[in-house]
Amino acid sequence: MVAVQSRLDRLVRPTFGRHLLFALAAAVVLLLLSSQIGAYDDYNLTAVAIFAVAAAGLNLLTGLNGQLSLGHGALMAIGAYTASLLLKDHHQFPVIVVLLAAVLSTGVIGIGFGYAAARLRGPYLAGATLTLAVAIPQVATRYKSIFGGESGLTVAPSSPPDWLGADFPPERWLAWIAFAAAIVTMVLLANLLRGAPGRAFKAVRDNEAAAALAGINVARTQVLAFVVSAACAGLAGALLAYWTGVTAPAGFTLALSLQLITAIVIGGLGSLAGAVWGSLVLVFVPLLTSGMASRLSLPSSVADNLPLAIYGGILVIAMLVAPHGIQGALRRILAYGRARWGHTPAGGQKGVVDWDDPAPDT
Amino acid sequence: MKSVMGGNALRIRAIAIVCLAGLLAACGTSGDSSSGTNTASAPGITATTITIGSTQPLTGRAAPGYSEISPSSNAYFNYVNDHGGINGRKITYYYYDDGYNPTNTASLTRKLILEDKVFAMFSALGTPTHLAVVDYINSQKVPDLFVSSGCNCWNDVSNHPYTFGWQPDYTIEGKILGQYIQKSLGGKKVGYFYQNDEFGTDGVKGLDAQLGASSVPDASRQNYVPTNTNVGPQIAALKASGAEVVVSFSIPAFTALALLGAAKLGYHPIWVVSNVGSDVTTLTGLLKNFSKGAVGGALLGGMVTDAYLPLTGDSANPWISLFKGIHDKYVSNLPWDGNVLYGMAQAYTFVQAMKAAGRNPTRASFVKALETTKLSGGPGLAPLGFSSSNHLGFLGVQIYTIAADGTQTTTGPVYTSSDSGPISQYSGSASTPPANGIP
Repeated sequence: MVAVQSRLDRLVRPTFGRHLLFALAAAVVLLLLSSQIGAYDDYNLTAVAIFAVAAAGLNLLTGLNGQLSLGHGALMAIGAYTASLLLKDHHQFPVIVVLLAAVLSTGVIGIGFGYAAARLRGPYLAGATLTLAVAIPQVATRYKSIFGGESGLTVAPSSPPDWLGADFPPERWLAWIAFAAAIVTMVLLANLLRGAPGRAFKAVRDNEAAAALAGINVARTQVLAFVVSAACAGLAGALLAYWTGVTAPAGFTLALSLQLITAIVIGGLGSLAGAVWGSLVLVFVPLLTSGMASRLSLPSSVADNLPLAIYGGILVIAMLVAPHGIQGALRRILAYGRARWGHTPAGGQKGVVDWDDPAPDT
Repeated sequence: MKSVMGGNALRIRAIAIVCLAGLLAACGTSGDSSSGTNTASAPGITATTITIGSTQPLTGRAAPGYSEISPSSNAYFNYVNDHGGINGRKITYYYYDDGYNPTNTASLTRKLILEDKVFAMFSALGTPTHLAVVDYINSQKVPDLFVSSGCNCWNDVSNHPYTFGWQPDYTIEGKILGQYIQKSLGGKKVGYFYQNDEFGTDGVKGLDAQLGASSVPDASRQNYVPTNTNVGPQIAALKASGAEVVVSFSIPAFTALALLGAAKLGYHPIWVVSNVGSDVTTLTGLLKNFSKGAVGGALLGGMVTDAYLPLTGDSANPWISLFKGIHDKYVSNLPWDGNVLYGMAQAYTFVQAMKAAGRNPTRASFVKALETTKLSGGPGLAPLGFSSSNHLGFLGVQIYTIAADGTQTTTGPVYTSSDSGPISQYSGSASTPPANGIP
């Protein structure tokens, strides 16, 4: 019994092994789930995976490195336009090539912007990233012959490979691609955060002077966080291009950037799981309310705005009930349960819950 | 091993024969379409209901005016339902708010087709929004009826056999507006103000075809993007270019912004505005709203525009009294304006098409019926042009002017045209509505 325990420990203890096991379990669950549900649910879960990738990247930047970005919607646009330009005029590229190209192009732009961002703090950084969100969609309308203007560029769907059979729903195929992308992203980010870069991110967020004294290159750390975050946004943008079927400026307004911030705040700042929770809220709450206008017999001035009002109301209530986001609330419930009934968590005292623990980190 | 395979082949053959027999039986029933019993002949059609769906800008920058269209269509459907429905089937109409954002359109269209299982898409609004889903809808072989946009991209029978337009396309509209400028405002300097997408550029294409591209210099061609509400620079440029007539291919919010911008600069050209951006009630409301009550509809005095439906103020027209009556009974909370008329007229065409497709249509047989049946234009001033080679709706428009008190007066006959053909005067007479108002 003890031998089994220690062997299990040896397998699970190393961070990478544990993350890999967790990823494998997630992949199996998602694979089984996606085969059981209908094409439309697959399509929505794809959206969750896409937003989770972007939100995880933003959470790394904002939650863990303390840089607020209002421009991640624009970075997604760069990824989406990269993918759409590659697939323009019925060019056939394998999905993996398209996704990597989007990661690369957005990452490179992320380097440039990361250097500028590393010099700015607080509201000035927010303002600078805001210009990105406002300006990028305008580039697409200005250079119409390349980017297709307001109507954008259409993206041919990636058709499932033949060995899956002719009747395989394309929605499920896209879901698998998005799940794979999300799982790979999460594993890579989790490893990054568990290692030295992750500790550097947090040190810089908490106190730049102290971090510098400890030998951390503050500017380089901030640029690294920005680049990794931008690359995630680029990947999500390319997936979104496949998902929507068109890349148009109207799909990448400031609202998208704000939605991503909403997702990480609701889900839990600074936590990868929080990015997933937030994406679930982002996708499913508007769907629940979308049909109201035509199904309720209310005056249209009320009914048209009701879904937005309900969405806003849910966000307000969520922030009141769970100020540290869904992940924060779950951790507290878990911590309370452990303190009350279970074993003592490492470093903690049985029966004591630290209610003022700041937002957990991973 | 061999015998097992032989058994499989036999079974497949047997299944094929059964399927074929079923298919033949189905053909038999659809051929006998006018009488008989209702069956669930297609997705979205049951013995008692027909479900259709739409994506609309109920909120956001395109919402003013346009958000009235789908409740108005629904009002007409409710009127039809209260009078027995179509072949005894009631129409259920789902319309979702996409906020004029193609990402939302993509997701909501899949919701309608995959989850709500609609028989057809109906009246989905917007050029950039609908371009995002037109391939998908056609790949699912779902009828895509009467897109609420005059882009000629909906008339693409080989690539999008299931998609049909409805309103005259913007190029035809531009040509007929151009002809009016030549005839009635000849010799004046012309400028353009247009939305920087297919809507605006298609309109300019028609104008240029009529007026000659070289007659309007680059300085007099100003465009806007709907995400940027500051149109001051463009209006100032038009003023500086000395344009005495400004043709505007703009959505209502931007027509109002342009009028206000010009008034601020003391610039008073003759405005010639395309149909979609010229509804008097919507514009009056927007002008009051944007100027915080300082100016109202008086700014519209002298505006020239065009119509393919009767004028909402023409109470002598039997179509107007029919639709106004339905408006008063079912959606009286909406103002009686061109958007309400648009939604009801579109719904009327849908009921016409549904009746033409027989008692138990499939999606394919419905599209076939729409291509082969000569539908009357209903309330339309010009005829509908649907055929197997043309998926464009109304083929022409009539010019009218707006006075400072909002009164609208038609000028000249109805003209019809095509994207490349000549303009000709339409000599047919308008149809009268059936006694109960249902085709």
